[in-house]
Amino acid sequence: MNKPFLWRVGVIVAALLFFLFGIFGVPNSFSGGGLLAAMTKRINLGLDLRGGTHLILQVKVNDAVNVVAQNAIELLKESLSKRKIEYTDITQPDLQNNPDHILLKGVQASARGDLLSIVQDDLPEYDITGAADNSWILSMRPQQLADLKNKAVTQAIETIRNRIDALGVTEPTIQEHGLGQYQILVQLPGVDDPERVKDVMQNTAMLEIKQSLGGPYPSEQAAMQAQPSGILPADAMLLPGHSAPGAGPDEEAWYVVSRVSAVSGKDLRDAQASTDQNGQPSVSFTLTGEGGQRFYNFTSAHVGDSLAVVLDNKVQEVANIKEPIRDTGEISGGRMSEQQAKDLSMILRSGALPAGITYLEERTVGPSLGADSIRAGVRAAVIGMLAVLFFMLIYYRGAGINADVALILNLIILLGFMGYFGAVLTLPGIAGVILTVGMGVDSNVLIFERIREELRNGKTPPSAVDQGFSHAWITIVDTHVTTIVSAAILFIFGTGPVKGFATTLTFGLLANLFTAVFVSRVIFDYVLSRKQRGEALSI
Amino acid sequence: MEFFRDVNIDFLGKKWYFLAFSLVFSVAGVFSMLFWHHIPWGVDFRGGTLVYVKFSHTPNLNEIRRTMDRAGLHDPKIQTYDRPALNEVLIDLDVRETNEAALDRGKLKIIQALETNVPAGKQDLNNASSLTIKNYLMDKDPMHLGSDADQKYTAQAQAIVDYRDKTLGGVLNSIDELKGAPDTNPAVLASLPDGFFVSDFHTFDVAIVGPEVGGQLRRQAGLATLYSLAGMLVYLGFRFEWIYGVAAVITVFHDTLITVGAFSLLKQDISLTVIAAILTLIGYSNNDTIVVFDRIRENIKLMRREKLSDIVNRSINQTLSRTILTAGLTFLTVLALFLFGGEVLRGFSLALVIGILIGTYSSIAIAAPILVAYQDWRIEKSKRPGPVAGVGKPGKPALSAKAK
Repeated sequence: MNKPFLWRVGVIVAALLFFLFGIFGVPNSFSGGGLLAAMTKRINLGLDLRGGTHLILQVKVNDAVNVVAQNAIELLKESLSKRKIEYTDITQPDLQNNPDHILLKGVQASARGDLLSIVQDDLPEYDITGAADNSWILSMRPQQLADLKNKAVTQAIETIRNRIDALGVTEPTIQEHGLGQYQILVQLPGVDDPERVKDVMQNTAMLEIKQSLGGPYPSEQAAMQAQPSGILPADAMLLPGHSAPGAGPDEEAWYVVSRVSAVSGKDLRDAQASTDQNGQPSVSFTLTGEGGQRFYNFTSAHVGDSLAVVLDNKVQEVANIKEPIRDTGEISGGRMSEQQAKDLSMILRSGALPAGITYLEERTVGPSLGADSIRAGVRAAVIGMLAVLFFMLIYYRGAGINADVALILNLIILLGFMGYFGAVLTLPGIAGVILTVGMGVDSNVLIFERIREELRNGKTPPSAVDQGFSHAWITIVDTHVTTIVSAAILFIFGTGPVKGFATTLTFGLLANLFTAVFVSRVIFDYVLSRKQRGEALSI
Repeated sequence: MEFFRDVNIDFLGKKWYFLAFSLVFSVAGVFSMLFWHHIPWGVDFRGGTLVYVKFSHTPNLNEIRRTMDRAGLHDPKIQTYDRPALNEVLIDLDVRETNEAALDRGKLKIIQALETNVPAGKQDLNNASSLTIKNYLMDKDPMHLGSDADQKYTAQAQAIVDYRDKTLGGVLNSIDELKGAPDTNPAVLASLPDGFFVSDFHTFDVAIVGPEVGGQLRRQAGLATLYSLAGMLVYLGFRFEWIYGVAAVITVFHDTLITVGAFSLLKQDISLTVIAAILTLIGYSNNDTIVVFDRIRENIKLMRREKLSDIVNRSINQTLSRTILTAGLTFLTVLALFLFGGEVLRGFSLALVIGILIGTYSSIAIAAPILVAYQDWRIEKSKRPGPVAGVGKPGKPALSAKAK
């Protein structure tokens, strides 16, 4: 028993305790049940094992770009008329794919300098290039455009998180998904009814209060015919609404409303579910100080007129302005249920989505499937592990014990790693654990076979062990590095379950370097130190 | 105990047999991929709607198919899932819609089509979510609760759903079966028959994948495989010589091709986890190849006068014991996974079972012969006078080992 040997044993015992703590923490009791409870508290189960809903959302970032582009168009029109620059038309030529492109047609050649300076001063985020026939194309600078799109995704994640938190889902995962495709991954453990969550998340909840200029009309044509010259005024727009009270629910209703909004969702301070004067569920809201001031100005100027509450471009309600209102309002009508009123108020509080979202993928795993999977996975792991342990013992006798100790320690370290890193155990992850057992034993086999070979070549046991370890070491490093490379790539590209697999495989292989090489060597040294000179090694 | 002592098999002498064997399997796989079953992408990659249904009785697949047909869902793939005793069926609607909302409707349509003889005004307890049950209880208020009803009924609903799914396996034969459920209030259970009935099935797993995600995943899986191969090539080129990297990558490509080909021949769905298994195989097969290469590198230094083919043969034989043992042990664990790991891991473990056999074979039968063939080609070339003459001196192995 020399000093370095004791020191190495100390390292192993410390590692064992450290990783056991990683798995169990400090359990309440040391019974089987207590340990299991402590373990499940430290190691998180993936969605495929505990049941729940997994969604992938696409953020329509072009919506957000379009909003900015429309503001830019308004600004441009204003500046052009201020400097008395004539133009024939201003459009977005490719609304679908490049909503940031603005096409300005028919500007006289002499106004070129003025136009360039307008863009430079008022629209610094835009580039302008000349096109044929006195046309100009404005497009957003690539950097600005990318920032805007990324901001839309970040904002959408934030809003969705607020909404899901408000629904009371525990431990949701909401994060950007994929590689620059503007997608969001949402995982909701324990949620067995994705419909409501989906509705709540998808709701853009764009609230606006506009002046109502006429309606309801039974159809779009009727609304147009009601206009003085058969066309809409430039500052008005036509919006669909809920059918008028008393009419059938399928009957159409159209309203003519002002293009500008008096207040919008941004001006909300709070929203609560309540009931309206008819006892129907409704949502009442309060405005911020600044929004309230604007609302007061608007309602003071329009006493006697009507206002329209517009949600997601649909007129919810039209009301008469009896007196100036400062900071409160109500959304009713539309035959809301109590639950809908509650959800809507929550959605309004959480803020509007900067862009629409669509669902690309949805998976719901029932808890019964998860429980079955765990049982099957654990059973396979135990059977596989026992088979390997048993075989090593038979084939290598004394050294087999060595390998088995290393293998069990490997497993403890792997699980401990997962406990410390908060890694998620998925079903493929359990498979990864099993595979680690199989691949982990490879290092032991490599070393043992080499030692046997050296013994056959006439080396003494201590020198055979020494040679076996040093020769096998190079091979072990090479094999581990290449496998970790493929696991790392899996981790980068994979999602959910596959990521869990890559994690366990990587941790398992790292742990294996320690157990198969370091721990195994210490055990050999111990065995050799107890042997007489010339006594054979059990391998 | 020792299986392989002093073996001396002339592996390189059998290279033509190996080549024939590999060719037969690769070509069969490629033919199947091109002309027969094609690449059987799973729902993760092709998009579509999968609904897993558990019945309370032995399901009649033809009857289900007719029911689906009546509901306007044509040609769904309907098959028994897992062990027949579990009465589980997988209904697979291939994606024809490009629109995600239409996919969503597919799921509802399947459930509605299967729910026959629905009593008026009642909901299906076997397919009710805890939220549905809670809303019903809130409405009925069987416990006559005042203020914190929401919380209490949520817990009640959760207890009912947990008992149904975790203890009874998802399907109730009658509402009475809930009597044994822990933490439930008798008044709550007594109120259920007024608003619920039980159907003969329970949907326990649903996957809806839009075509866009599928395409994106296919690209990603391809890229991941390519990056993985490139990573190997670079690392091995750096640690050994570039020809070792090339040989290893060709070997791994051969393994991947045969594994994917086998999936096509067997018409087994390639899911995301199967791709994970294939990427693991790339690592595993490389393991084996590297062990042999390491030995070749070592022996080249020790046996300078011998022919490379002898060195390679000797190296393979020296490591044969280890190769077979490790492969055998890993195979053992993977086989346990395949046999006992349950249906969800079936494809994954199948890929590993095939891959480990092929990966072990290929490191002996493909990787090493490539090295020798390259060496022979270089010697051949340097014999002829030409612009590249003198690159490798005849008689001395052109392959060398870098310092450790």
